[in-house]
Amino acid sequence: MFDISPTEWTAIELSLRVATVATLVATPAGIAVAWLLARREFWGKALMDALVHLPLVLPPVVTGYLLLLTFGRRGLVGAWLADHLGVVFAFRWTGAALACGIMAFPLLVRPIRLSIEAVDRKLEQAAATLGAAPWRVFLTVTLPLALPGVLAGMVLGFAKAIGEFGATITFVSNIPGETQTISSAIYSLIQTPDGDSAAIRLVVVSILIAMAALIASEWFARRALQRLHGN
Amino acid sequence: MLRVDVSKRLGGFTLDACFTSEGRVTGLFGASGAGKTSLVNIIAGLLRPDRGIVCIDGETLDETSARMHLPMHRRRIGYVFQDARLFPHLDVRQNLDYGRRMNRLAEDSAQQRRVTDLLDIGHLLDRRPGQLSGGERQRVALGRALLSRPRLLLLDEPLGSLDEERKEEILPYLVRLRDEAGIPMVYVSHDAREMRQLATQIAVLRRGRMVAFGEAAIMPASLEPA
Repeated sequence: MFDISPTEWTAIELSLRVATVATLVATPAGIAVAWLLARREFWGKALMDALVHLPLVLPPVVTGYLLLLTFGRRGLVGAWLADHLGVVFAFRWTGAALACGIMAFPLLVRPIRLSIEAVDRKLEQAAATLGAAPWRVFLTVTLPLALPGVLAGMVLGFAKAIGEFGATITFVSNIPGETQTISSAIYSLIQTPDGDSAAIRLVVVSILIAMAALIASEWFARRALQRLHGN
Repeated sequence: MLRVDVSKRLGGFTLDACFTSEGRVTGLFGASGAGKTSLVNIIAGLLRPDRGIVCIDGETLDETSARMHLPMHRRRIGYVFQDARLFPHLDVRQNLDYGRRMNRLAEDSAQQRRVTDLLDIGHLLDRRPGQLSGGERQRVALGRALLSRPRLLLLDEPLGSLDEERKEEILPYLVRLRDEAGIPMVYVSHDAREMRQLATQIAVLRRGRMVAFGEAAIMPASLEPA
């Protein structure tokens, strides 16, 4: 029962790679956006807020199709990237990472934004009176104090990325070894007559990954809290 | 030398303050809501005046007619708040070292020892702010401001959140600071006794107006904040 076949390993490995890359690339952008939304007033802020949350409320197949139109080989951005930088997203694992990153983005931003809002601005002022320029205030005070939220956002984003299905399959299809993640592999297997036991193996694996992510995030959050309150 | 001539529209009144102080400790005296903290925040660069000028030792920090406003972090003005505002994720040693790091000053262990001795906080260095008493926290905040090598130190009711006994514990340190640290200070309080003990010059604020300014002797024994 638990002989995981090479094809299944490939899907597991690919899922982990896609979700990890998506999370790591989306996190700095997510921190920047969260900081803007939490700490700045600017023209178009409501629009930015709406755009960030859009993937959460749009049908994933719509997001995937929009990605295909934009980042596909003949898409506006996709054609330029392919011609000038040789970067291709369509039907590649990098495209899966892009789709997962965008779908995970709202879940990643939200806890980070909340935790930045919770940082006492008086501490940031104190840092400035001690000579810290705004970006150093951010790096030495705001970000360390918001760390539990950043970790929570990363775990949520990672979990979303690993389970993403609709946008990914629409944008990069379901090619074994290139874009077939655990979710799309399970989808294929349950449509195959003898696929049940393989599908169940992958289901168990995805439960294990999700559990591990949750336990890890709890552990990080507890450590971070201890560090902050320091008692 | 500190020169301030500013006005600023606040919630219920307009703050108007004009004084030049050569004193070691300039006291800002007045009831709560008189505009003392706003005035200190203008000097620190936290608030921008609507009109006016702020100078220290000939250097202009604010001059509204020239649209000049030096940002807080480049003023080299230390600020001790009523609530110590220590960084909770750093221990006492790192809190004390913060200003030196941000100003890219060379490490100066002699100076560090002088300040920790002056404030008796040497035994607290490895603790976290969460493990300090209110008085200890305020002493560490004083040390942190001093070690950032400010050219002026602002103290906004640094004893305000402490009970009488703790105040008695901190006051002697402030007197020592005045006499030994050699940094001019602006001391905000609504407590006449503190003023008499510490200030060399006093500005009295009432609802945003400066109603008196002069040597500490102008402070009559019975003057109450109004």
